[in-house]
Amino acid sequence: MEYEISLLTIVGISIIGALSLNMILGFCGQISLGHAAFIGVGAYTSSILTKSGVPFLLSLPGAMALSCLIGIIVGFSSLRVRHDFLAITTMGVSFLFTGVVRKQEVLGGEMGIAMIPDPGWGKLGYMVFVILLVVILAIFSLYLKRSWMGYTFDAVAEDEDTASIVGVNVASFKLIAFALGTAFAGLAGALYAHNVKFIDPESFGFIESITVLSMVVIGGTGSVWGVITAAAVLSVFPLWFQFIDDYKLLVYGTLLCIVMLFSPQGLSGIVADLKGRLVNSKEGLHAAD
Amino acid sequence: MLQINDITVDFGGVRAVDQVSFVLKKGELLGLIGPNGAGKTTLMRVITGSVTPSLGTVRLEDRILNKLPSYQRIRLGIGLSQQIVSPFRSMTVLENVAFVAGYHKTKNPIASLFKVNRSPENEEAKRLLNMVGIEEVASSSPSNLPLGYLKRLELARALALKPKLLLLDEPLAGLNQVEAVQLSDTLWELNRKGQTIILIEHNLSEVIRICHRLVVIDNGRKIGEGEPHMVMNDADVQSAYLG
Ligand SMILES: Nc1ncnc2c1ncn2[C@@H]1O[C@H](COP(=O)(O)OP(=O)(O)OP(=O)(O)O)[C@@H](O)[C@H]1O
Ligand SMILES: [Mg+2]
Repeated sequence: MEYEISLLTIVGISIIGALSLNMILGFCGQISLGHAAFIGVGAYTSSILTKSGVPFLLSLPGAMALSCLIGIIVGFSSLRVRHDFLAITTMGVSFLFTGVVRKQEVLGGEMGIAMIPDPGWGKLGYMVFVILLVVILAIFSLYLKRSWMGYTFDAVAEDEDTASIVGVNVASFKLIAFALGTAFAGLAGALYAHNVKFIDPESFGFIESITVLSMVVIGGTGSVWGVITAAAVLSVFPLWFQFIDDYKLLVYGTLLCIVMLFSPQGLSGIVADLKGRLVNSKEGLHAAD
Repeated sequence: MLQINDITVDFGGVRAVDQVSFVLKKGELLGLIGPNGAGKTTLMRVITGSVTPSLGTVRLEDRILNKLPSYQRIRLGIGLSQQIVSPFRSMTVLENVAFVAGYHKTKNPIASLFKVNRSPENEEAKRLLNMVGIEEVASSSPSNLPLGYLKRLELARALALKPKLLLLDEPLAGLNQVEAVQLSDTLWELNRKGQTIILIEHNLSEVIRICHRLVVIDNGRKIGEGEPHMVMNDADVQSAYLG
């Protein structure tokens, strides 16, 4: 039981991380190769807060706020550069984060921060809390997609110039996407830190950013269910199969390439495709009648 | 209503628009014509803010637009139907129009999160698609539609903004003669009900049939302006068209 609980907790935290990137990349179409940095900001913020005596629950909004603030600053760069350039800029953010944190004594430098306080709810209680947050975030994501904000994100993701010619304040919507996505990344980071009780700069490096990116892309950018599924599978497999953990980058990289080449819509695209074929073959049968 | 003052546009070394000025009165249907490459589309893009002029001002009612970003100009009451169509391909035809019809719901970006209902916008979109005659493709994806349909989608989307000023860049392109006459009738009818329109069009017979007044540009310069038949008989205009 112990093992399943810790597994579910890890899966839940991964899903929150992936859903947070999905808001930026999936909903609003803004590429980010440095998402783990925002998860890291949340992790460091809440760890330092709880270590200095702030209750865990209060440290969560703190983590989200700081991550969100830095997210908005990075979001401003998305107003200046697009596509490949934004990819490179956000990659820079990732290296900047590890680079800066490594050199800060207060943040534990290379050694990181250990003995992060336990929220004191027991393993099961913590898992329930994480799963609860997953459910809330999933519902929020599905709601967001249906709202007029989600409708507008679709337009911005597809074609910014056309969006502005029909009256969309593209810059504000992009900043909102970054603000929301990085705030929830901060939440994922805080949950991660208080689960493993130890963090160091490498926990939030470029590889982790690519891992989150893989979850979103393989799930099907924008599809809430696809991303949840992909995040669950991709976070469980390395725990079940040691060799996947050893060759994480190789496995994720290969999966990423396969998806990009053969099904850019990811899992959700494959499911939609299968549904379409099913309907078509039914119609074909009717036509034959 | 609209005042174009000494607008000049340079692309690198090429002067695409050269000191063009004209005014547009409320309720007018103005034809903007000229040979290929004359600078008509560029002038439209100056009005909507996607091209920055090196000289000159654009004034809508009492406001100088020059410093405003595109989306703000649109929200002041300009609707543009582009020469090069750009439907949102991830949306259906209906969703394209309904999205724009909800422009008041997306005005405040943060408040847009708390709005979900799309039915009034869907109804308005159906009405507009019906008006431009493409209601039968409402639930199709724009990706598989011929140009004539996409042009009318572009027009419906511009109308969804309920603009004070409607800018139309070759709305009749891709339509056959019957469809073109039908759509010009629709435009004429809109104008009769008070819609101010600038119409760029190569289909001169329709332009002459429905416009009150023409502005002719050639090589970036204004070479004629006035009542359609008079303008078309002008020697400069004729030589520009005949080359
Ligand atoms: N973005 C751009 N960069 C460089 N040159 C441009 C650009 N846009 C237009 N031009 C040039 O400016 C001139 C005017 O082009 P414009 O598209 O405004 O003409 P037009 O009157 O709309 O022609 P058409 O009737 O063919 O649509 C042309 O010489 C064109 O090549
Ligand atoms: Mg043109």
